[in-house]
Amino acid sequence: MKALRPFWPLPALLVALLLPWLPGLPAFWVTLANYTGISSIVAIGLVVLTGISGMTSFGQATILGLGAYTTAVLSKYCDISPWLGLPAGLIVTAAGASLLGAVTVRLSGHYLALGTIAWSVGLYYTFANLDLLGRNDGISGIPPLTILDLKLLDGRASFSVIWIGVILAALATNNLLDSRAGRAIRALKGGAVAAASFGVDTPRTRLLAFVYAAVLAGFAGWLYAHMQRSVNPTPFGFYQSIQYLLMTVIGGAAHVPGALLGAVLVTTVNDRLQDILPRLFGAHGNYESIVFGMLLIAVLQWAPNGIWPLIARIRPRARIIRADALRLPARAMPAPGTTLLDVARLRRSFGGLVAVNDVDFKLAAGEIVGLIGPNGAGKSTTFNLITGIDTPTAGQVSFNGQDITGWPARRIAAAGIARTFQHVKLVPTMSVIENTAIGAHLRGHASALAGLLRLDRTEDARLYAEAARQLARVGLADMADRPATSLALGQQRIVEIARALCLDPVMLLLDEPAAGLRHNEKVELAALLRRLQGEGVTILLVEHDMEFVMGLVERLVVMDFGTKLAEGSAEQVRNDPRVIEAYLGSVE
Amino acid sequence: MDSTILAILLQDGVVNGAIYALLALSLVLVFAVTRVIYVAQGEFVAYGALTYAALDGGHLPGSVALLGVLGLAGCAAGLWQARGRLDRPAVLRLLGETIVLPAVIAVAAIILAPMKPGVLVEVLLTLAIVTPMSPLLYRIAFQPLADAPVLVLLIAAVALHLTLTGLGLVFFGPEGFRAPAFSDITITAGPLMIPGQALWIGGLTFALMTALFAFFERSLTGKALRATAVNRLGARLVGIPTERAGLIAFALAGFIGALSGVLIVPLTTVYYDSGFMIGLRGFTAAIIGGLGSYPGAVLAALLVGVAESFSSFWASAFKEVIVFTAIIPVLLWRSLRHGPAEEEE
Repeated sequence: MKALRPFWPLPALLVALLLPWLPGLPAFWVTLANYTGISSIVAIGLVVLTGISGMTSFGQATILGLGAYTTAVLSKYCDISPWLGLPAGLIVTAAGASLLGAVTVRLSGHYLALGTIAWSVGLYYTFANLDLLGRNDGISGIPPLTILDLKLLDGRASFSVIWIGVILAALATNNLLDSRAGRAIRALKGGAVAAASFGVDTPRTRLLAFVYAAVLAGFAGWLYAHMQRSVNPTPFGFYQSIQYLLMTVIGGAAHVPGALLGAVLVTTVNDRLQDILPRLFGAHGNYESIVFGMLLIAVLQWAPNGIWPLIARIRPRARIIRADALRLPARAMPAPGTTLLDVARLRRSFGGLVAVNDVDFKLAAGEIVGLIGPNGAGKSTTFNLITGIDTPTAGQVSFNGQDITGWPARRIAAAGIARTFQHVKLVPTMSVIENTAIGAHLRGHASALAGLLRLDRTEDARLYAEAARQLARVGLADMADRPATSLALGQQRIVEIARALCLDPVMLLLDEPAAGLRHNEKVELAALLRRLQGEGVTILLVEHDMEFVMGLVERLVVMDFGTKLAEGSAEQVRNDPRVIEAYLGSVE
Repeated sequence: MDSTILAILLQDGVVNGAIYALLALSLVLVFAVTRVIYVAQGEFVAYGALTYAALDGGHLPGSVALLGVLGLAGCAAGLWQARGRLDRPAVLRLLGETIVLPAVIAVAAIILAPMKPGVLVEVLLTLAIVTPMSPLLYRIAFQPLADAPVLVLLIAAVALHLTLTGLGLVFFGPEGFRAPAFSDITITAGPLMIPGQALWIGGLTFALMTALFAFFERSLTGKALRATAVNRLGARLVGIPTERAGLIAFALAGFIGALSGVLIVPLTTVYYDSGFMIGLRGFTAAIIGGLGSYPGAVLAALLVGVAESFSSFWASAFKEVIVFTAIIPVLLWRSLRHGPAEEEE
C-alpha cells in the first residue's frame, strides 16, 4: 500500500481516459458519473473545510454557481475561450470567499456557517434576478470546451475532463495537507490555541481552508457549465449545498477518499430515490429531501466520522526521514546571566476575580526556575499571559529587552518563547512526528501554493528532519509514526516538549511536564532539561512534583491566590512560613 | 417618498419585525440552553400558519397526522436511548408524552375541526397540535448528539429543516393558504391606518416577551434553564436535569414558532416551505444580536423588519439579497470589536 501510494494517479488517469469508451456502457451511467465527479470535487473541498479544519459551509453550491456563471458569461457573451473562464471563475470565487471568510474567520466557527447560509440565499436571488444572468431562465448555449479544434460535446469526453479534474483536486489536496500550510490547517482541530503558540496565524489559516474549498467548488462550477452547457439558479441553491455537505459527512469528513465515496453514494442513491420514491408514494412530494435529512441525522448519530473510516484502516503514514537534509539554521542564544524575561506588576482579572495580582519576577538567560503554588494560584494564567494566549489587564512583560505585552501568541512564538500545555494539546489525527513538526512552523516559509504544487519538498524534508532530531532528543524516536493520542499521557507531554524544541526556543515554558511520568522517566526528563540549560535555553516550569522541582531548579517563585508569595532558592522557600501556611494550612 | 409612505413602510417593518423578534428570541433561547442553532424553527411558523388556516376552513389539518407520526418516532427513539435503564415510571412518562398526549390532541382536533369553533379555540388548538412536535424532534434528533460540537448540531439542524420541509409538502400539500385577520377593526392615527392584526401582533409579542422575562426571572424552571445555558455540567451537578431543560427550550421554540405562524398567516400567503425564509430573518436578527443577547436580538429583529420593508419598496427583486447580505457588515463589525475568538470545542 505504502509503495503504491505515489503511483495511484497514473492508473486513475488511464481509467478516466479509457473507461467511458468501454463498449456497451450506457450513456446514462456516463452522465451520472460526470455529476458524481463534479460533486466529488466540491466534497473534497469540504473535507478540508469541515472534516479537517472543523468549519463548515452551507453555500458550496452557490459558490459552484459563481464559478459556473462567471465562465458562462465570459464564454458566451464576451467570446472568451472557455479555458480562460477557468482562471476567471477561480479568481471570482476566491475573491468572494475571501470577503465572506475575512469577516467571519475571527469569530467562532458557527458564524462562518451562518454567514454562508445568508450569503448563499442572497447570491441565489441575485442569480435569479439579474438580467445579465438571464434571471430564472439562466444562460443556455454555453460553448463547450475545445481541445485543438475538437469540441468536447460528447458526455464521454466530458467524463475524461471531469475525472482528470477529480484526480487533480485529490492530488492537490493531498499535497496541501502534507505541507507546512496543511499541517497548520490540520492543527486547527487540535486547538487553535496550541497552533497559535507555535506561530500559526489561525485566522489566516481558517481563511485559507475556506478559500481553498471555495476554489475547488468554483473549479467544479466551471466543469459543470461547460459540460451542461447551460446554467440556471436551481442547482445552486441551499438544498444542493446541503447535499454536498451530506456527501462529505456520509463519506467521512476527514478523508479525501471519503469525499469520493460520499459523492458516489449520494449521487447514486439520489438517482435511485428519484426513481423509486414517486412510484411508492406518488409523484406528489419531495421525498428525497425527507430521506436525505433523516439519513444525515442518522449518520451524525451513529457514524459521526462517516463510512470511510469504517471500511478502511486509517493510520498515519510512515515518514521517511531524509538523513541528508540540511539542518535548519539555529538562533543565537542571549549571553548567560543577562535578564531575559522581566514580568512587572502583571495583573489579570476576570470580572471580580483577580487571577494574577501584580506579580513580579525576572529570569536570567540560562536559568531554570520553578513556578509553584497550590491549585488555583494563577500559575497557568501567568503562562498564558506571558505567551500571549491571554491579555493582561495591567502590567508589563519584557522579553530579551523588548516589551511583548499584548503581542499575539504567534508573534511571541516568533520571538523565541515555546511552551507546553497543562492539558495536552496534540492533534489526535496526526502522528507524533507530524505533531512535532508543527513546532517548526516558523522555521519554514513555503506557501500553501508551493505545498500544493510540491515545490516545498526540500524545505519540508528539513522540517521533518528537525522534528525527528527533537524526538530522538527526548527519547521518543521509535514512536514517531504512531498516532499522537495512542501514547500514554506522560509520553504525550514529552511529545509536547519535542514540539516546543522544534521552535528553536530561547525560553521554554513547561506546564507540569513531569505529571504522569514514571520515576525513571522523570530522571531522564530532568537530565534533558539540564542538557538544554547547558545549551543556553532558559526554562520556566510549573510543577507539582516537589521532589522533581527541588532537585532541578535554581530558583523558585511561589504563587498563591494570584499573588507572589515568595521567591528564592529551594532552601529559602522551603523554610518560608508563608509558603508552609499556603501548602499545609495555618499552624496555630 | 412622502411621509405617508415612510410611515406605512415603518409600520410594516415594525409589524414584521415583531414576528422576527419572537423567532429570534426563541433561537437565542434554544442556542443558549442546548447549543443547537435551530434552523428548523421556521418550519414551525409554516406548520402553525397552515394548521390555523386549515382549522379556519373547517378542515382537519395535515399536521395532526404528522404529530402522530412524530409521537411514534419519539417513543421509539426514547425507548432506544434509555435502553437498559428503563423503569416503570420512566416508560409511563415517555408513553404519556409521546403517545397519550398527541392522541388526546388528535382526538380533540378531529372533534373540533369540523365545528369551526372560532378564532380563540382554533388558535389554541393550532398551538396544541404544533408545539409538541418540537420537543419530540429534540428527542429524536438532538438528544443523542447532546455532547457534540456546535457545528455538528448545526448540520443536524439543517438536516432536520430539510426533512421537515419535505414532510410539510406531504402533509399540507403544495397550495398556499391565507387566513382572515383576528379582527377587522382598523384604527386611524393621522395618516396611518393601523389594522387590527398589527395590534394583535404587537400586543401578543409584547405580552409574550413579558411572560418570558417573568418565566426566566421568577420561576424555578426558568432559572434552571438559565443555569443550563451558563454551564451544562455545573447545572447537572446541582441536580438540574439538562435533558429536560432541552425539551422545555424546544417546546418554547415550537410554541413561539407556531404562534408566529398564526399571527403572520392573515398578512401573507404561507406555503409549506415559507417558514425557512421567515425563520432565516429571525436568524439574521439573532446573529446580529450576537446569539447571546435577548434585547439585542429584539432590536436587531425590528431593524431587519424595517430594512426588509424599505428594500421591498425600492428594489423588491433584491429584497432577500439586501436583507441577508446585511449580515456581512454586522459580522465584520463584531469581528473587529471582539478581536480574535479562540474557542476550544
